[in-house]
Amino acid sequence: MKSLAELQAIKERMKNKIVLREGTGDIRVVVGMATCGIAAGARPVLAAFVEEVSNAGLNDKVTVSQTGCVGYCQLEPIVEIYEAGKDKVTYIHMTADKAKEVVEKHLKGGKIVAEYTVTDDN
Amino acid sequence: MKELSLNILDIVENSTKAKAELVEIEIIEDKTTLTVRITDDGSGMSEETLLSVTDPFYTTRTTRKVGMGIPLFRLAAEQTGGSLTITSHHIDDYPEEHGTVVNASFDKSHIDFTPLGDIVSTITTLIQGHPDVDFKFTHTVDDSSVSLDTRELREVLDDIPLDNFEVLLWIKDNLIEQYNKIKYK
Repeated sequence: MKSLAELQAIKERMKNKIVLREGTGDIRVVVGMATCGIAAGARPVLAAFVEEVSNAGLNDKVTVSQTGCVGYCQLEPIVEIYEAGKDKVTYIHMTADKAKEVVEKHLKGGKIVAEYTVTDDN
Repeated sequence: MKELSLNILDIVENSTKAKAELVEIEIIEDKTTLTVRITDDGSGMSEETLLSVTDPFYTTRTTRKVGMGIPLFRLAAEQTGGSLTITSHHIDDYPEEHGTVVNASFDKSHIDFTPLGDIVSTITTLIQGHPDVDFKFTHTVDDSSVSLDTRELREVLDDIPLDNFEVLLWIKDNLIEQYNKIKYK
C-alpha cells in the first residue's frame, strides 16, 4: 500500500534536491485545459508531458503547467512551449504519443517537431 | 465529453478560477444512481450570474463568448433522466461563507449514461495544475469508499510541493490501490 510513510520518504529525498533546483526552469510547457482542450483530449497529453519530462530527467529545466482557452478551440489539444530568448512554439492536435515525441526531440534534443506545429493553413 | 471524469475536471477548473482554497469532490454511487457533488469556497456567483450559468451562451472567458462547461455537465445528467443543480453564495453578499455547490445526479441504468472513466487522472491533473489548492476527494460505492485529502498530504510533505512528480505518482498509485481494494472497475 502507498502509505504516508512512503510519502515521508519521498519528502526526505526531495528536500536535498529542492536546493539544487532553485533558479532553473528555463523551458515552460503549457497545456490548454479549458472545456475545449479537455473535450479534445488534453488530459492524457498533460499526463504524458508530466511523466516524460520526469523520465527524461528534465525536471530541473522544464516546468509543465496548465492554462485556459487560447481561442483556437478547433486546434485543441494545444501545447505551447516557451523558452527564454526563443520564439514560442505552438503544437496543435496533440496526443500522448506526440507529447512523448516532443519531449524526446524538442525538449531533450532541441529540435522542433515541425509537423505538429501550427501553420497558416490551420 | 466522453467521460464524466472529464466533466468533473472541467467544472473544478471553474472552482480554481474562482480562487477556491478548498474544493471537495464527492461521488456517491449505488446500483442505480451516481451523484457528483463539487463544493468550493471560491468567490461564488451573484444570483444574476447563477441564473445565466447553465445557458451555453454565458461565460466569463474573454477569448470567445461561448461557455460550455456547465451546460455539457447538465446535458450529461439530464439525458439519463437525472438533474443538475447549483447553489452559490457570492463573496460580496456572504463575506464569511462564500462558494459554490454543483450537484449532479445520473441514472446509471439509462442507455445515455456516460461512464465515469478515469477519475484518478482527473484528480492528479487537478493537483498538478493547482498545487496550492486543497482537494478533498471521496468516492463512495455502496458501503466502501476511496478518499484523498491533500491537506493530510501537505502535513507530511511540509514545503515539498504537491506537483512534485514523485508525489503525483504516489497519489496516483495510492488511489489505484484503494480502487483495487474495493474491487471497483
